[in-house]
Order: sequence, then C-alpha cells, then structure tokens
Amino acid sequence: MNDATQFALEQGVAEQHRHHGKAQFFWVWGALLVMTGFEVYLGYQNMEPVRMLSILMGLSLLKAGLIIAYFMHMKFEISRMKWLTMSSLLVCLSLMCIFFPDAFRILSLGPK
Amino acid sequence: MSDVAVQHGVAAGVYEPSLFGTYSKKIGMWLFLLSDSLTFGALLFAYSYGRISTPNWPTPFHSESIRNATLMTAFLLTSSLTMVLAVRAAVFGNAKAQRWWLLATMACGTAFVILHGREWSKLIAEGLTLPMFPAVPGHEAAAEYKNVAQNVPQFPATFFGLTGMHMLHVTLGVVYLGIVALRKKFIPVLLGLWLVAWLATPAYSPFHYGAHVLLLSAVVAGIVLWLRPKVYDSADVEVAGLYWHFVDLVWMFIFPLVYLMSTRIIRG
Repeated sequence: MNDATQFALEQGVAEQHRHHGKAQFFWVWGALLVMTGFEVYLGYQNMEPVRMLSILMGLSLLKAGLIIAYFMHMKFEISRMKWLTMSSLLVCLSLMCIFFPDAFRILSLGPK
Repeated sequence: MSDVAVQHGVAAGVYEPSLFGTYSKKIGMWLFLLSDSLTFGALLFAYSYGRISTPNWPTPFHSESIRNATLMTAFLLTSSLTMVLAVRAAVFGNAKAQRWWLLATMACGTAFVILHGREWSKLIAEGLTLPMFPAVPGHEAAAEYKNVAQNVPQFPATFFGLTGMHMLHVTLGVVYLGIVALRKKFIPVLLGLWLVAWLATPAYSPFHYGAHVLLLSAVVAGIVLWLRPKVYDSADVEVAGLYWHFVDLVWMFIFPLVYLMSTRIIRG
C-alpha cells in the first residue's frame, strides 16, 4: 500500500472519530465501573462457586465486549475486520478448552 | 519519469485498497494483540486447570487484598478512559490535550503497578512465595500462607506467573505511552525511574531485579528513537491506545478469576 492510500485511510479513521462525541466514552467507563462494583459485591456474598464463576465470567465477557467495541473502536471497523479478528480469536481460545476434561479426570485418578 | 507515473496511478485509483479498510500499523497491532491474547489465554487456562484439578485450592485473599485489587481495577478502567480521550485529542490535532491525557494514562498505569507491587511484596513477606524468590529477612511467615506455598505450589506459581506477566505488560505500556507523549525527553525520565526503583527496593525483593526492565526499555527506546526519529501522529496514538486497552481488557478476566474467586470471604 502506498503513502497516499495510507493517508486516505488515516483520514477516514479520523473522520469516524469526529462523528462520535466524548459522552459515550464516559457512559462506557461508568458502565464498566458499575459492573466491577457488582462483581466485588458478589465476591462478598456466600454464593455457590460454579454459579458465581458463571456470573463473573459473563460480566467479564460483557466488559471485554464494551472495551473492544468502544475503546478499541472495533464497532467502527468494516465487517471483514470485525469477523476475521474476533472469530479467529474465539476459535483459538475455545480450542484451549480441550484440556479441561483432563483436569476433571485427574480428580478421579489414584488408588481407590 | 517514475514520479509522474506514480502520481497518475494515485489519481486513477489503481492501487489496491486495504483488505481490512484501515491502515497497516493498526492491522499490525491487532495481529500482535491476537497473538498476545493467546499467551494470556494459555496462562488463564493453566490457572483454571490447576484450580479444577486441585481439590484443596486455597482461598487466601482477605478483604484488604480485594480492596486493593478493586482500586487497581478502577485505576486501569480510568486509564482506558483517559487513553481514549488522548486518541480523540490527537485526531482533533490538539497536541497539548493529547499529551496531558497520555500523561494521565501513564499516571494511572503507574499507580496500578505500584499498588500491585505492594500487594506482591506483602504476600511474599507473609510466606506466599516461590522457591526462586529470596526469603524476607526478619519477617515471620504466616502459617496460612506458608502452608499454601508448601502444599499447593500450583497456586503461587500460576498466581505470580499470570499477574507478573500482566504487570510486565502494564509497565511496558507506560513506557510505550511515555515515548509517544514525550519522545526522546522520556529517556532520562525512564533512566531516573530505573535508578529510583532499583535503589529504593531491598536486595531480596523481586522488584530489585525487575526494575532492570526499565533500563532495558530505555536502551530499546533510545535505539528506536535514534534510528527513526519522528513526531508521532494520531494513527500512532491510536495504535498505542489499542495496546493499552488490551492490557485493561486482560485484567477484566484476571481480577474476577484470580482475586474474587479466591477470597476468604466466599468460603466464610
């Protein structure tokens, strides 16, 4: 890609920034703080661990989604960029789950 | 002759547009972040694996640790807000605001590292340690933490591995933002910080040697600035912002998984 095309793309990105105001960043920041506060509140509750883990991981995914979409500006990228980056990441991370059944198997090993 | 041909080509729009509709620096950073997220993914999965496969997994974090970690999270979230405002200022061409927002981001990042360092030092002094860390002289280890380190060595190994890797990323992020904000003026600041960190920490502290990351960063930054001196534009600030937000994002998983799921409060 030559300098002129690069420059045009940078101008396009700058134009996108001009169209969204500061307020939404403050809203996202507030939402992230509120969700963090709720997570800490859950930490002080006597909740069953699996249930608590599910809620905490759900909130973490929501927070990660907000950060990627608004702070990292993924919401304003073209769909090819969104799909290729996010789907490849999710597939690779999901593949790591293959080890979890082994962690449960270890618990039932050993002399009976 | 060739210049004329190139100009004609631009006017006619014969050059291939970007596949991802954005500039190459940003695509490069996204590719790096995807690979780095696999590093953190592997560490988080290793921690979870250890937790599932160990029936007596410890829950050593008391209210004080949770308060500290919550404050650290607030600092990181606020740093993401100041970072995105720095990017916005850069796009609008407001260099002064851009610099101040970047410095605010660095201040929040530094506060995070200091709080985390204090937390680590406290845990190590109380006995939650790794064999590679020297013993803290004149400090009696708490039986609770000593037992954890002896009976479930997976816990300190995964805890220090995961949070140490993240702390390293935050530290390098602060250096990265310092270079973008202040360029070569940041090198003496970095060397000063290295000296303070090295001399102010006792010889048995892991941060006494960890401080050399700042020295190494100063050398690398010096070489980069010497080889390619430039004024960083809005695209450079946005790319630096991507890295910083990623560091924040990773902590959104570490905080609940490592701290909130290992609190003494839950188990009563």
